[in-house]
Amino acid sequence: MKRLPFLLEIGVEEIPDWMIPTALAALSASFGKLLRDSNLAFGEIRTDATPRRLVLRAEGLEVKQADSVEVVSGPPKSAGAGAAAGFARKLGVDATALETVTTPKGEYLAYRRTAKGREAAAVLSEVLPSIILGIPWPKAMYWTGKGGARFVRPIRWMVALLSKKVVPFEVAGVASGNVTTGHRRLGKRKIRVSIADYETKLEENSVLVSAAARRAKIEAGIAALLGDGLCLRADPALLETLVYITECPTPILGGFDPQYLSLPEEVLVTVMRHHQKYFSVSYPDGKLAPNFIAVMNTSADPDGLVRRGNERVLRARFNDARFFWDFDQHKKLADRVEDLANVTFQAKLGSYLDKTRRMMDLVGELGGCDNSRRAAELSKCDLTCEMVKEFTDLQGIVGGLYARAQGEPEDVARAIYEHYKPVSMEDSIPARPEGRFVALADKLDTLRGCFAIGMVPTGSKDPFALRRAAQGVVKILVEGRMPLAVEQLAGGNAQLIEFFRDRVEYYFREVRGFPYDEVRAVMAAGWPDLVDVESRLASIHAVRPTENFVRLAGGVKRIKNILRQAQFAGGFGFSEDLLEAGPERDLYDEFLRLPGAAAGYRPALEAIASLRPAVDLFFDKVLVNAPDPGVRQNRLTLLSDLLTEFSKIADFSEIVTEAGDAPAGPRSCTN
Amino acid sequence: MDSYQQILFKLKKYWSDRGCIVTQPHDVEVGAGTMAPETFLRVLGPKPYRVAYVQPSRRPADGRYGENPNRLYKHQQLQVILKPSPDDIIEQYLASLEAIGIDLSKHDIKFEEDNWESPTLGAWGIGWQVMLDGLEITQFTYFQQCGGVDLDLVPAELTYGLERLTAFLQGKDSVYDIEWTEGVRYADVRLADERQFSVYNFEMADVATLWQLFDLHEKECQRLLDAYPKYPEKQRFPLLPAYDQVLKCSHLFNLLDSRGAISVTERVGVIGRVRKLAVGVAGAWMDQQSAEVAA
Repeated sequence: MKRLPFLLEIGVEEIPDWMIPTALAALSASFGKLLRDSNLAFGEIRTDATPRRLVLRAEGLEVKQADSVEVVSGPPKSAGAGAAAGFARKLGVDATALETVTTPKGEYLAYRRTAKGREAAAVLSEVLPSIILGIPWPKAMYWTGKGGARFVRPIRWMVALLSKKVVPFEVAGVASGNVTTGHRRLGKRKIRVSIADYETKLEENSVLVSAAARRAKIEAGIAALLGDGLCLRADPALLETLVYITECPTPILGGFDPQYLSLPEEVLVTVMRHHQKYFSVSYPDGKLAPNFIAVMNTSADPDGLVRRGNERVLRARFNDARFFWDFDQHKKLADRVEDLANVTFQAKLGSYLDKTRRMMDLVGELGGCDNSRRAAELSKCDLTCEMVKEFTDLQGIVGGLYARAQGEPEDVARAIYEHYKPVSMEDSIPARPEGRFVALADKLDTLRGCFAIGMVPTGSKDPFALRRAAQGVVKILVEGRMPLAVEQLAGGNAQLIEFFRDRVEYYFREVRGFPYDEVRAVMAAGWPDLVDVESRLASIHAVRPTENFVRLAGGVKRIKNILRQAQFAGGFGFSEDLLEAGPERDLYDEFLRLPGAAAGYRPALEAIASLRPAVDLFFDKVLVNAPDPGVRQNRLTLLSDLLTEFSKIADFSEIVTEAGDAPAGPRSCTN
Repeated sequence: MDSYQQILFKLKKYWSDRGCIVTQPHDVEVGAGTMAPETFLRVLGPKPYRVAYVQPSRRPADGRYGENPNRLYKHQQLQVILKPSPDDIIEQYLASLEAIGIDLSKHDIKFEEDNWESPTLGAWGIGWQVMLDGLEITQFTYFQQCGGVDLDLVPAELTYGLERLTAFLQGKDSVYDIEWTEGVRYADVRLADERQFSVYNFEMADVATLWQLFDLHEKECQRLLDAYPKYPEKQRFPLLPAYDQVLKCSHLFNLLDSRGAISVTERVGVIGRVRKLAVGVAGAWMDQQSAEVAA
């Protein structure tokens, strides 16, 4: 069967950069599904995009579906000529076209219907409109009038080629064709393309279709601009943004007056990064240089117009920042606490003043010192400052810088500065205890409050970023080695405790890399505080590779099963006198010699694991279900006591004991 | 180098040549050109419309006593509405920049996602901020909803920040240094305005009086809205005056806000009160329009 290449280009007005990769994945998936569902074989599917075009290319597309044959069965042959004629009439064929098939039930009339395979082009024409309009967008719009097509931005042109032929269809009033369009100012408006010359024709018109090519062009351009004296502050997320807001990216190097370096670096970098989408640049010693890199969506800046324009904008922004800094100093943070009454935290949870008071109480509850309480008191005051109103990403950081400038103790300033940390699982926790207390109080207050009013995250909906808050709490507790009771932190809210359980498991599994069964085993034995969970996990992980341990885990499962089958409920006194000399007595003696968890989890675990031969021997030689009920109960009690002792560190029955599936080892924490 | 007013003339001419009615600013305080009835009411309903006007826009909280080189209590927007939006609207927009002397082949233009929403007007749209060499010069919005109503025809709204655009073209670091016309700076025309209104808005506006005014305008608007359903000759009914009352309320809300007089609990409620009026007028306006068509 003949195989053809296919090209689809959806021409759109500028699509928000961050939506593009997800949309491409969805487009590729639904296109592949269409081909499979239509029984059309195909080779590789590739997608690419610029802000103005989503591109899908498929190789080796089967030109036509295979013909299919369907056997339609009719009445029994014995039903006679009338029935046969009726059956033929229903199918719209002549009765002579019918044939006879033999089935276990006898002979039947049947008709062999051949369905012609459809041309791929026809299939594509029919379904491409719904595939295109079916691309899911976080936010879509209509533009042709009420009830019209919805898409991320208006669709303006469409290229659809199967080999040399246009696949005809229409979406939102736009007909497909073989004409694309170039860069808005450097390219031609109408460019006839073929599959073979699509990418080169666009490149001639200043459009790099390939995101990888744009990325490479930006990186090479930056390297050439910087030379040896300056270093780029790498920012992969910013790079991706720039890749997807340009069709013809070209970096330029700009500068600013070094006098602005007296402003805090955090402010300068934020202005450049978030407001202007510039990369920051530093000297080899790491100090911020009075330069920036902007990425234009055009090929060159021969007269320096773009550079000077960007420098002027940056100067205005830095002037603003300096104005905000000076203006904000007119009123100290300490004098702004009451102003927080005018800043909403959440309609039902009151103002930031309410939140501040709750946080101060929480810091006390957690055992924070006076400096922590002071930091909590001032932590949200920067929300009333002009600097934070303008540069919202700098909340906390600005507060910390102001606190320092206004003579608050260094521990207080630093705690304010860091109290939003960790902002991600990769981020570090606040460096000092004061910051950790404030960070915990902030996050816990949000969590408790939201859970109390029923604002619980569901699926992908988590507007208050509660998962991140809870994850931050877990990370701080473990990595800050704070043995606080989670149940108490959750304010006794059962739903919140369960929410934390998920976050704790996630943290140890995904962030720290402990095998899931070890995490489950340890959590099943209780998780009153996370420092303890971590040390139990670490000891389990250390002891696990020993043969005794794995086999003991098997033994524990057996004990559990026996107790379950016996419906053992306890309540029987234990009598040493009923022990039988030999394996039973030996196991008991060894059990008594166990050092207990007080000796440290690892020695305790090693000691428990060393009981393995005694346990094995017990199961080999001793009949738990002894005929004498007293002996039987005594043995069950012994097993139950053993299980209780073993389960103090972890529930071994959760450990996967089949060979070969022990997951990879843990990573150390990030700081 | 074009002066501020020359740039303005050229832009108005440009859009006039493309079928826009060029009108004068609305004479009631508004926070943005969108709020003027020429936008808010005209985008409703199925009638095509094209209009361009400069709208002085008052944002009390943005006042800086004339001391900040880039921030103004009252700035001038050129507001352009094309309803329905033509397919080549972006090209037309870019050509408007060329019409005021910006050679786009030598500059960097980017369209960055920026969706617009006004909770007080029950309005929102999808669009971009247009960046010229890193400077935001225009807000570009495809309206989707106004006064809580899905729009029949999707208009494109172009809002040019005239001070910024001029500062860019004239190479000025402070808007106050813009040349308004030969020998006259922006400061000469507007500095006193900025200074005095900042003092009033932040320091001297009487909160009790503002609340009283808010209540009065709200009542007046509501009275009219209540009267509309029973009024026999729909086309004569004063909905435009009712809408002016909404604008008064909205501006008073902004003033109260800049005085720090609106508490957390009140805030959402007051926005809701203004929106209720805006949505009420929008609904009645739609009805009045269809009555006109019928008549």
